Amino acid sequence: MRKPLTIRILSALDKKSWLALGVFLALALVVVPVLHLTFPEDSAFHVSTYAITLIGKIMCYALVAVAMDLIWGYGGILSLGHGLFFALGGYAFGLYLMRQIGRDGSYGADLPDFMVFLDWKELPWFWVGSDSFGWVALLVMAVPALVAFVFGYFAFRSRIKGVYFSIITQALTYAAMLLFFRNETGFGGNNGFTDFKRVLGYTITAPETRLVLFGLTAVMLAATLVFAAWLVKSKFGRVLTAIRDAENRVMFIGYNPLWYKLTIWVISAVLCGIAGALYVPQVGIINPSEMSPANSIEIAIWVAVGGRGTLIGPVIGAFVVNLAKSWFTVSFPEYWLFFLGLLFIVVTLMLPQGLVGLWKKIQAKKGAEAC
Amino acid sequence: MKKTLIALLLSLGSLSTQAALDPGRVRQLAAEDSSDKVAAIQQITENADPDAVRVLTAMSEDSLYLAGDQAVIITDDSAFDAATGDAIKMPANPESITVNNRIRGELASALAALKLFDADREVRLASAEELQSKVSAGMAPLLKKALAQEADARIKGLLTLAYAQANLGNADPAARLDAVRALAETSSPVIKSVLLPLTDKANEPDDKVRYEAIAAVKAIDGRLAMAENVGQAFSGLSLGSILLLGALGLAITYGVMGIINMAHGELLMVGAYATYGMQTLFRAYFPDAIDWYLPAAIPVAFFAAAMVGVLMERTVIRWLYGRTLETLLATWGLSLVLIQSARVLFGAQNVEVANPSWMSGGIEVLPNLILPWNRIIIVGFAVFVLLLVWLLMNKTRLGMFVRAVTQNRPMAGCVGVPTSRIDTMAFALGAGIAGLGGVALSQISNVGPDMGQGYIVDSFMVVVVGGVGQLAGAVWAALGLGIFSKLLEGWAGAVIAKISILVCIIIFIQKRPQGIFALKGRFVE
Repeated sequence: MRKPLTIRILSALDKKSWLALGVFLALALVVVPVLHLTFPEDSAFHVSTYAITLIGKIMCYALVAVAMDLIWGYGGILSLGHGLFFALGGYAFGLYLMRQIGRDGSYGADLPDFMVFLDWKELPWFWVGSDSFGWVALLVMAVPALVAFVFGYFAFRSRIKGVYFSIITQALTYAAMLLFFRNETGFGGNNGFTDFKRVLGYTITAPETRLVLFGLTAVMLAATLVFAAWLVKSKFGRVLTAIRDAENRVMFIGYNPLWYKLTIWVISAVLCGIAGALYVPQVGIINPSEMSPANSIEIAIWVAVGGRGTLIGPVIGAFVVNLAKSWFTVSFPEYWLFFLGLLFIVVTLMLPQGLVGLWKKIQAKKGAEAC
Repeated sequence: MKKTLIALLLSLGSLSTQAALDPGRVRQLAAEDSSDKVAAIQQITENADPDAVRVLTAMSEDSLYLAGDQAVIITDDSAFDAATGDAIKMPANPESITVNNRIRGELASALAALKLFDADREVRLASAEELQSKVSAGMAPLLKKALAQEADARIKGLLTLAYAQANLGNADPAARLDAVRALAETSSPVIKSVLLPLTDKANEPDDKVRYEAIAAVKAIDGRLAMAENVGQAFSGLSLGSILLLGALGLAITYGVMGIINMAHGELLMVGAYATYGMQTLFRAYFPDAIDWYLPAAIPVAFFAAAMVGVLMERTVIRWLYGRTLETLLATWGLSLVLIQSARVLFGAQNVEVANPSWMSGGIEVLPNLILPWNRIIIVGFAVFVLLLVWLLMNKTRLGMFVRAVTQNRPMAGCVGVPTSRIDTMAFALGAGIAGLGGVALSQISNVGPDMGQGYIVDSFMVVVVGGVGQLAGAVWAALGLGIFSKLLEGWAGAVIAKISILVCIIIFIQKRPQGIFALKGRFVE
């Protein structure tokens, strides 16, 4: 007999994990806002705007990393094009943010500034409905889902896998980047979308708006973790792991890997799209460089550093790598690429299970000594 | 110099006394009205008299004066009669003759036309070539005369064209028709623009001539389009050669050894920087032999990239055999380190690598199709490297070992092949070939820390399309992708071309997941 859904979801995480998740949400939804709003800027307890933006941004990255982990850690498919879905979600939400600027742009026109600059007279067809929040929220998920479905269907159907798949996804995001760099594509070319003023009528730079976005991101991250934990423990997740480990055997047993792979691929893309949509209003810009192959491959290293095949790993990885990045790029900008490059090498050579794997190993050693 | 030339011409002129010009005409050169001057110039030129050169040269050098009613040439301290060339007494107060720009242009083309009668073939050829772009109707008789005298076939061909152009303004429709027919044979944009007015009823009353002109323009257009396509195909060929040089190394490291090397583009960069280093070295120590830096750079680039390759293989890649996805990430890390090292060592800006002088210029195949030498040399270089790799892989012991290790590693080890050393050697070979690609690349594009990034996607596409395991696939895929993308770029723009090619590749892989040349046999995982 199947248990009710709520029970199944509740049992997706153990007690400790629920507790950790609760603490995380309490921090993000209560402690940080209180510290930010009540303490003056020079106080030691004050959480600065910079920190909120940075953490908010990294939580979006963590969301992408979890999405990447679902497909790579559990599905065994390394995508080097996840930046594309992230950027598509960001651009989709950017449409709405651009329309919210209204007539406050530097040209004071109804059209976004870059269109005035290009001497366009009306919005292109794909901008239709971009002033409606609901429609855009749908686009944020539907566009990455559609792209992922079409691409994934053709790729998985002809059983492209392993490195071939990775390279093709890299080519895909590269092609998309070139496309979005063009002014004629209608997404602001080089500069992308920026100079946002409002979201849902609220000033985007107001502390309250920032905190709401920050909280939303935290909730989304927590919800994704619960969903992912439930998903990988379900029958679907088991079959997926089996496909990762021995695709041919799964096929011979009678499963069609196509639909399993395609489902997780689309879910992963949608999660990336949502992450992108949360990222854009917090960071205030989206441009085609988000689609560069280098960005996408960096997502893989977050997951690898944290530990793939675990759900907390990608989150840890995203935080560790990105905190290191923001520290390096401020303190030693010329050494950041050395560090990142060496991180790639060291993690693949010495830490195939990532930090989580290292932690587990240390725990196991301790346990063995205790006996 | 000029003065001596005139003096020389004058003495020549005075020898042939019977060839004196009509003094009245010469006098007209000094007329008040520009149009009269032009008419005089044309009439003097028409008879192709050697004296005409003398007078017109003098006029273009402002040494033609009017003394009373006589045109005189005055150099330094002596004076000559312009019409006869006889020395005369220095006139009291010579009046200079104004030569404005219109007259100057007329003089230049008249002098060029007169050179058609020069004794030296080279001078005649140069003059005939120069005339192609500035024929005027008045030159027809002169050209006819030159044509009758000319023996050289090449010059004759040029003159026929010039004569036909001059005849386009002829009052006789039959002459015009002949001229148009003659011009229809050419394929130059200049001639097309000359013929274009004749396709309009306003300029050409005769139907027959007009239709002929329309047909001629069409024919020229066709030939021009063909030349353009040939040009596109050629630049595609040279792009294909670059891709091939990039992909050949990959065909060994990925195709044969199964290693995904994301730092391959950076090995190209190492080769390009090695070329830059050689250039700097030659500039500093052997400035006289600067043109030779490029041949010297070839082995240096090969070994520099191969050394980097050995280092990469020994420290990182060898621990990851069989784990392709991990290799991909680790080599990406290596590429980041290499890029940053280049930035630290050479600066973030692009460095300047100049073509040696023997690589500049090009071969003119058709009037609007020039094949640049550097591209031709790169195509040749790619063929050379391809041959080298083929020989190495198929005719040497090393190649045999590499193939043996690829096909069956344990068995190769059992019969005494040092498998791990062969891995290093093969990887170094692939890296070295990438270095050679870098030498070629340094000649046609920017050399900078990021240069390798742009080629890595393309190179992998070549390997994916070509199929794994042999060189033939990489060759055909590289050439096919190069030519196809250049032709597409011609009518759709670079970005659309790139995107449609990627889409094509994705569709292609649907049909042939193993590439053009699939390995025959049973392969499961």
